[in-house]
Amino acid sequence: MSTSITPESRGDAKRDSGRRRGRSDKTGHGTDAKLPKPAKTQVRLGDRVFLGSSRGAGILLLVIMAAIAVFLVVEALDALGKNDGNFLTDSTWVTDGAKPAFGVAGLVGGTVISAAIAMLIAVPVAVGVALFITHYAPRRVAQTLGYIVDLLAAVPSVVFGLWGLVFLSPKLIGLHTWLSDYLGWIPIFDKDDAGATARTLFTCGIILAIMVLPIIAAVTREVFLQVPRAHEEAALALGATRWEMIRTAVLPFGKPGIISASMLGLGRALGETIAVAMVLSSSQELVFKFLDPGGNTIAANIANQFGESNELGRGALIASGLVLFFLTLLVNGAARVVINRHKEFSGANA
Amino acid sequence: MTITTTDTAVSPAAADPLKLTRRTMPDWITWALGAAAVGLGVLVKAVQGNWALGAFYAGLFFIATVTAASWRLEDRRRAKDRFATSIVYTAFVLAIVPLVSILGYTIKKGFEELSPYFLSHSMRGVGPRDDTGGIYHAIVGTLEQVGLAALIAVPLGLLTAIYLVEYGRGRLARSITFFVDVMTGIPSIVAGLFVYSFWIMTLGFEASGFAGSLALMILMLPTVVRATEEMLKLVPNELREASLALGIPKWRTILKVVLPTAMGGIITGVMLAVARVIGETAPLLLLVGLTQSINTNPFSGWQSSIPLYVFEQNHAGNQFSGDRAWAGALTLIIIVMVLNLVARLIARWKAPKAGR
Amino acid sequence: MTKRIEISGLNAYYGANKAVEDISMTIEPRTVTAFIGPSGCGKSTFIRTLNRMHELIPGARVEGRVQLDGQDLYGPEVDPVAVRRTIGMVFQRPNPFPTMSIYDNVAAGLKLNGVKKKSDLDAVVERSLRGANLWNEVKDRLGKPGSGLSGGQQQRLCIARAIAVEPQVLLMDEPCSALDPISTLAIEDLIALLKERYTIVIVTHNMQQAARVSDRTAFFNLAGPGQPGRLVEIGDTEKIFSAPEVEATADYIAGRFG
Repeated sequence: MSTSITPESRGDAKRDSGRRRGRSDKTGHGTDAKLPKPAKTQVRLGDRVFLGSSRGAGILLLVIMAAIAVFLVVEALDALGKNDGNFLTDSTWVTDGAKPAFGVAGLVGGTVISAAIAMLIAVPVAVGVALFITHYAPRRVAQTLGYIVDLLAAVPSVVFGLWGLVFLSPKLIGLHTWLSDYLGWIPIFDKDDAGATARTLFTCGIILAIMVLPIIAAVTREVFLQVPRAHEEAALALGATRWEMIRTAVLPFGKPGIISASMLGLGRALGETIAVAMVLSSSQELVFKFLDPGGNTIAANIANQFGESNELGRGALIASGLVLFFLTLLVNGAARVVINRHKEFSGANA
Repeated sequence: MTITTTDTAVSPAAADPLKLTRRTMPDWITWALGAAAVGLGVLVKAVQGNWALGAFYAGLFFIATVTAASWRLEDRRRAKDRFATSIVYTAFVLAIVPLVSILGYTIKKGFEELSPYFLSHSMRGVGPRDDTGGIYHAIVGTLEQVGLAALIAVPLGLLTAIYLVEYGRGRLARSITFFVDVMTGIPSIVAGLFVYSFWIMTLGFEASGFAGSLALMILMLPTVVRATEEMLKLVPNELREASLALGIPKWRTILKVVLPTAMGGIITGVMLAVARVIGETAPLLLLVGLTQSINTNPFSGWQSSIPLYVFEQNHAGNQFSGDRAWAGALTLIIIVMVLNLVARLIARWKAPKAGR
Repeated sequence: MTKRIEISGLNAYYGANKAVEDISMTIEPRTVTAFIGPSGCGKSTFIRTLNRMHELIPGARVEGRVQLDGQDLYGPEVDPVAVRRTIGMVFQRPNPFPTMSIYDNVAAGLKLNGVKKKSDLDAVVERSLRGANLWNEVKDRLGKPGSGLSGGQQQRLCIARAIAVEPQVLLMDEPCSALDPISTLAIEDLIALLKERYTIVIVTHNMQQAARVSDRTAFFNLAGPGQPGRLVEIGDTEKIFSAPEVEATADYIAGRFG
């Protein structure tokens, strides 16, 4: 008897799993179907536990995100209530005494300027690097060269800061003078300070450029590798040179990818803390002349001030951190919009 | 349908239909210009005493003259092609130079101080005029903090990715995907601020290694989810179906078939995530306190960490702290590079055989 | 205006692997020449050597001579870019540039050659689309992406793109293999029209198609497993299909292998 039960129950299990699969398939195609709920009909304990814990992990992740927003906002509001100045337009940072007044205008300015310099340098170079690895370098070494560029991304930011402070910034003094000599008629290139230091927003921009370059290059490289060979051959068969092929087939296809890669890099550049905190000779005011020392970024300001701040000061720094958070959210959102707008010509059905 | 033959004057090919040859610039011109550029660079270095300036002028000279020569000897299209080629090569050189410089300079400055003594001693009782002291307490801190962060982030990230790939559809999965994206973009200092306001300000805990781990965990989590997700998606569906068709329940299919297939890639992803957070300084600055002594308990009392140590020694600005900072930086770079290398090797060994 | 192609002693390699061995043939102007043969016999490799597309694959190289009206395509001073413009190509799968509109797809080759005037471009785009039997279907949506067309339309768009630069020769590498029968018919009709102006070489898997569209047919075969592909025989299509000289050709056409 017992021998006849075994195959039968095995058969049951088979049918059972088949049914379950059928259901999950259906939910897969359904537009907004609820998850396959553990139905009353015998679902294995293992499956229930597994689904439950993996869904739980996902939900926990959402909870963490919500907590980040809530806790930052609560602490920030607390501090903002005690602010005597205008948080968005002031560029002072006084968080003790009877009349605390702090604002992020100068910090936002410094953050945006240094990140903009970084982008102006990093994006073209990164696209060049990606093109080099995908279309110019000999195949045999291309992958290795790609790894080498990736290694740059592995260098910790504190090392970038140390190198930038000790090695790079003294070497850039000449470049600062040169730029202000020849481009000084443009107001932002003007240089008031004749002192021999290059611990400026410009230097920070260059270091940030080096830091985000490998990220932008890596993502762009992946996108360039996805350009269908057929499109490249189509261009070449029309009698295009290599550069013309890249312009007709590779760059248009890769454009949304380049944009999103740049946004990713920009997010990094905006939020970079330690390298800037180490290199920049900072001040609180809003600085446009990036060849002069001074100015500060939100993130570096937090790192600089946090240790010596009282409770209000820390709340104020949290508020500034929230501004940074929204700034990066904005950048990432913008990237998404750009990518979506390119969908029609994305060649998804090619 | 007839072919319209009302021909306009436009027919590029008609200019000279049979001309397949073009005047080609001989290679020796390129070499000669390259040599001239090097000469110019050396000259500038001799006069101005600056290699960077020399390289800059040499590069500029080479690109300009090659393009001009090609324009003159070949044609506009080929001149553009050569120009683009030299710009692309230049971009690559520009990316490599800082890497070489950072690695070279760090090794040069850090090599001497980096000794067994340095690795095995803390900074306890080391005064500003002592050339003793080491990084041991920071290594302990980093290992514990990163280890704890990984201990939380890896299972959490793995399960989340499994949910997204194997179970998740509908609104919950979409919002998780969305927020993983958002989480990827969180600046590390903001993660530090969050843990500070949650763990220390609200819950009232002291600064500790564990507080640092929480921040590192938040930074690792999205990377682990993404990497795992990518790898699970690479596992062919046929494999899952084959297993399910044998009557193996879904959870065992995932555990026994899907995960092992993707394991190489997942390990690589996790190691890269570890390598990333191991160098994080900003959140730790707010969260772990700072100590010169060895504290092996991450849950109580202040700790140090390697990046923090580098930052602090650089800040101290005494006669010996600079050397210690560089030695710390070298230690950190070595750890990160080894992790990266091992991760890549695992990725290569365990690469999915099916290809893409 | 159209040209004769003479190939002699051509070998094509992928790395150390010889894919095609010792091919010699003459392709007459203003004819359609079809290449037939079993899979993997090197037809596609061979056709790609005729406009120097083969060498774009890493490690690939070519030996031998391909002469276009007496000029060797592989001669020392020859510019592959010029060769590819003179000898156009249509690929197995339709590959319009996905980021470009229909108009821009057709104009792409001209723009590369420095034609900038709108009226000139308009004229060529219309002429090429008419030449590819596509004008009436797309004239109202020239600004829409080419990837929105049906497969057959996309392939005709690719033909229009190829003839817009006025090549001397048009190479077609299994142009209908990804298309439905009706689209295939449209392309075959088009080939009949195009041969009045161009020398056409077409690789096909479909023997009926070869019989329908071509004037001359070349049969390729493998000497054996792992051996390079060779040209077995070439002749007027009628003769190849009715009285081939080699037995293998007859066997292949009768469907006994391949």
